[in-house]
Amino acid sequence: MTEAASTGPMIKVTDVNKFFGDLHVLKDIDFEVPRGQVVVVLGPSGSGKSTLCRAINRLEPIDTGTIEVDGRQMPKEGNALAALRADVGMVFQQFNLFAHKTIIDNVMLAPVKVRKLKKTEAHNTAMKLLDRVGIANQAQKYPAQLSGGQQQRAAIARALAMAPKVMMFDEPTSALDPEMVQEVLDVMTDLAKEGMTMFVITHEMGFARRAAHRVMFMSDGEIVEDTTPDDFFTNPKSDRAKDFLSKILTH
Amino acid sequence: MIEELATLFEEYRILGAFWVTVQLTVLSAIGSLIWGTVLVAMRVSPVPVMRWFGTAYINVVRNTPLTVIIVATSLGLWQTMGVTMGAERFDTIGFRLAVLGFIAYTACFVCESLRSGINTVQVGQSEAARALGLGFAQVLGHIVLPQAFRSVIGPLASVMIALTKNTTIAAAIGVGEAALLMKEMIENEADLLFLITGIFALGFVCLTLPTGLILGWISNRVAVKR
Repeated sequence: MTEAASTGPMIKVTDVNKFFGDLHVLKDIDFEVPRGQVVVVLGPSGSGKSTLCRAINRLEPIDTGTIEVDGRQMPKEGNALAALRADVGMVFQQFNLFAHKTIIDNVMLAPVKVRKLKKTEAHNTAMKLLDRVGIANQAQKYPAQLSGGQQQRAAIARALAMAPKVMMFDEPTSALDPEMVQEVLDVMTDLAKEGMTMFVITHEMGFARRAAHRVMFMSDGEIVEDTTPDDFFTNPKSDRAKDFLSKILTH
Repeated sequence: MIEELATLFEEYRILGAFWVTVQLTVLSAIGSLIWGTVLVAMRVSPVPVMRWFGTAYINVVRNTPLTVIIVATSLGLWQTMGVTMGAERFDTIGFRLAVLGFIAYTACFVCESLRSGINTVQVGQSEAARALGLGFAQVLGHIVLPQAFRSVIGPLASVMIALTKNTTIAAAIGVGEAALLMKEMIENEADLLFLITGIFALGFVCLTLPTGLILGWISNRVAVKR
């Protein structure tokens, strides 16, 4: 992917706070993600992990603090914000493929309109990416004609088409039927192996153990634990993490 | 009755008058679709002054009777302010002013239909577009409006049918369309009142029925599958 001159962290979050009315959803969040690291964020629902993910590319505004991506602070709005977002790939729980465009057009849109690539060039890249996620034969179909797993893989290809510096995944497998979870996780695991910087919110503990370099555990808007996957799963320190793990791992 | 019908078509330019109605309708339809789209972009834009203008425009123009708007274009724009829309002949000036009035008025309804269409587009669609780095205009133009249009073709058909019939108000400023001719014919041939009324009623059905049918068919064809 595009290598910037700076060698600092890919994501730097400093003293971030966010409120929804009286509700304090992000409390003094402070962390860095080095280049090439795969971070998995775990935590019960309502812990603020989705809000944190959306705050990093400013789909949610924050109240205080700063967020830097590749050494540049996220601008508040306008073209500068759009330009920085283009470098941050985002994969949503609900896929959010453009319903009125074919899969290939979904993947080609942003490279052509934002990166100003030629159509033929964008088409070639798009087909390669669709092939890589295993759905090249679905290129001419509309999103509604694909299974959930195929749609999510298309959404990953769409994000990758922008050659992003970092990929954010907001519960990418939570809306999928169980038999389709693995095909999406496989694509993500491959991506992790290739050295992509990834910030993944998930409930897939297997993926966290296998592919993550680091686990952050969030609860009530705070980062409670920040450690290696092994350490987190075998030796959780806080009561909240122990409680969370006991609820998940007994099933 | 067949003889009387033939005489009427011989003595009066009925088809010619309906042709003017068609021209008024088509030009106003195109104009109001464009201006209505611009207005809805203003109403959903992040710039407060544009939102304010869009809202104020809709509330003023939509709530003004169309007759007042059409008469105002003639008395106000032309006779007071000397706006002739680049035309020289009396009837051409009236025609162009009428089209301007219909666009100004109908665009309000196009805008509000589109705005309800925008509300049917899931928030995730524009979030995904913004996350890819598209700016406001690109998100609106490539993602939101195309989907909004497809979902409101039905309501837009009603707006276009209403526009077709509203063009009769151009008679108020002397544009020679169907309603003006009907008035003239009824004055001259009062004994044929029902026949004349029937001709014009049928004429408008012939114009509006296909509009509804064709747009209904298009609406089904382009519907966004979710």
